[in-house]
Amino acid sequence: MSKPHDTFLHTRRKIYNGVFLVLTGIATAIALAALFLILETLVVKGVAGLDAHVFTMSQPAPDEQGGLLNAIVGSLVMCGLGMVIALVVGILAGTWLAEYGDGTKLAAVVRFLNDILISAPSILIGLFVYQLLVRPFHGFSAVAGGVALALLAMPVATRATEDIMRLQPYALREAGMALGANRGLVIRAIIWRASKSGLMTGALLSFARISGETAPLLFTSLGNPFLSFKLTQPMAALPTTIFQFAMSAYDDWQRLAWAGALLIAVAVLTTNILGRVLTRGSTQK
Amino acid sequence: MTFETPHQDQQTVMIPPPEGDRVIDVHGLDFFYGKTQALFGVQLPVARNKVTALIGPSGCGKSTLLRTMNRIYDLYPGQSASGTIQFDGENILDQAKNSEQLRARIGMVFQRPTPFPMSIYDNIAFGVRLHRSVGRAEMDEIVERSLVRAALWDEVKDKLTTSGLGLSGGQQQRLCVARGIAINPDVLLLDEPASALDPLSTAKLESTLMELKSSITIVIVTHNLQQAARISDYTGFMLLGKMIEFRPSSDAFVSPETKQMQDYITGRFG
Repeated sequence: MSKPHDTFLHTRRKIYNGVFLVLTGIATAIALAALFLILETLVVKGVAGLDAHVFTMSQPAPDEQGGLLNAIVGSLVMCGLGMVIALVVGILAGTWLAEYGDGTKLAAVVRFLNDILISAPSILIGLFVYQLLVRPFHGFSAVAGGVALALLAMPVATRATEDIMRLQPYALREAGMALGANRGLVIRAIIWRASKSGLMTGALLSFARISGETAPLLFTSLGNPFLSFKLTQPMAALPTTIFQFAMSAYDDWQRLAWAGALLIAVAVLTTNILGRVLTRGSTQK
Repeated sequence: MTFETPHQDQQTVMIPPPEGDRVIDVHGLDFFYGKTQALFGVQLPVARNKVTALIGPSGCGKSTLLRTMNRIYDLYPGQSASGTIQFDGENILDQAKNSEQLRARIGMVFQRPTPFPMSIYDNIAFGVRLHRSVGRAEMDEIVERSLVRAALWDEVKDKLTTSGLGLSGGQQQRLCVARGIAINPDVLLLDEPASALDPLSTAKLESTLMELKSSITIVIVTHNLQQAARISDYTGFMLLGKMIEFRPSSDAFVSPETKQMQDYITGRFG
């Protein structure tokens, strides 16, 4: 049978436990409520702004009919360009870090700088590319926008590649070498293949990272009211268009801005879900 | 033949196969992990088309010895070996030698199954393609023959295009054996190949090795003394980086000469 001071301790712990539980519950509720309110506003206002014209027409003049075609196309073009650059450089750099540079001082420095780059403010990247590609060539361009997005996605892709390749057992590399394959072939034919779903996830995550970026594009691709495929000319993008329309005084433009925001949210959500499904596929046999 | 090795006072017993029967001859092998020495003047004669078993307690250097014979340690910058490993009239340790060609002739199977993330067929074709270009029909034949010799054909012949990762552990290990023998090596090194397998899979693997030894020389590291006694022709007992006793397996487990080996096989340590 418990002694008196035991009961006192137990009661106190029970109270602490209860208080703690309530506090964590409230915090969770606040976080969820915020998320729900944001999503609710986004869906309600976004869906109201969605119609067929959004996908078929370019930016309208105020009080005229129009859509987001130029911005959607521009986002796809520049994200595509950015992803291609980022994936090529990121996968190769991550491979070097995991396979060749392992244990060297240079690799430690590169890894550290890369981690800094991951959390670099995107507006800095935008200013950097402005100095690098906009000023010297006297004009905003889709290329500059793509490069800015690439610089944002690259460190994410590098990190993801290194992490996933490190997960592959060393015995797998030895097994390839033991058959007489050289290091490069083992990496390309065996390790990359074993890391395939992880690399895909990394790619999707870096895409999610850049698809909503506005600041770097304001300094590089600027925006364009017309549908354009010219890489050397300014190009519209969803985030910059949202920025412009949301700040405007016109109801039509504001509705389009909501529709654009919804499109980005859906795109990010889709890539995240895809990424998770792919990762799950790789951990299960 | 009993003699003292130069840098130790302990007795080494060597009853090696005749010199003409040896396919690999290890002499005075020292091995270093960075500054730590793991092998001390090891000798190991490997008889052609026989099974040579390496036994000894964990950390005695038997896996290290195995890994020098195909120079897989090359992968790790800090590791180095000195001494001689004669194979086909040349010293394997000679750094000028092409390790990729060496590994085509001396294959290896690891402790854990290491199927490549590709189809069963491609797992075997991968190694073959590394060393020569082969037409589809001939490749089909090589894949079938290798799988038959590894006693896996009947279990996988209807699913050659499915992933090698979908097989059971025992099947994966036999796939690795099939992959190793597909490139026609002279020697197959096995590093505790059955330690991750259940008894039934182990038995299948052992009978595969028995079949193979008519055409391939096998060196196997094992913790399982019964396994060594069952399948090997010669046994080397190692302790603390030294080869203590090497002799035909027929009497190695019955009348070992050194006290250390007697203690080990009677279970007094290790």
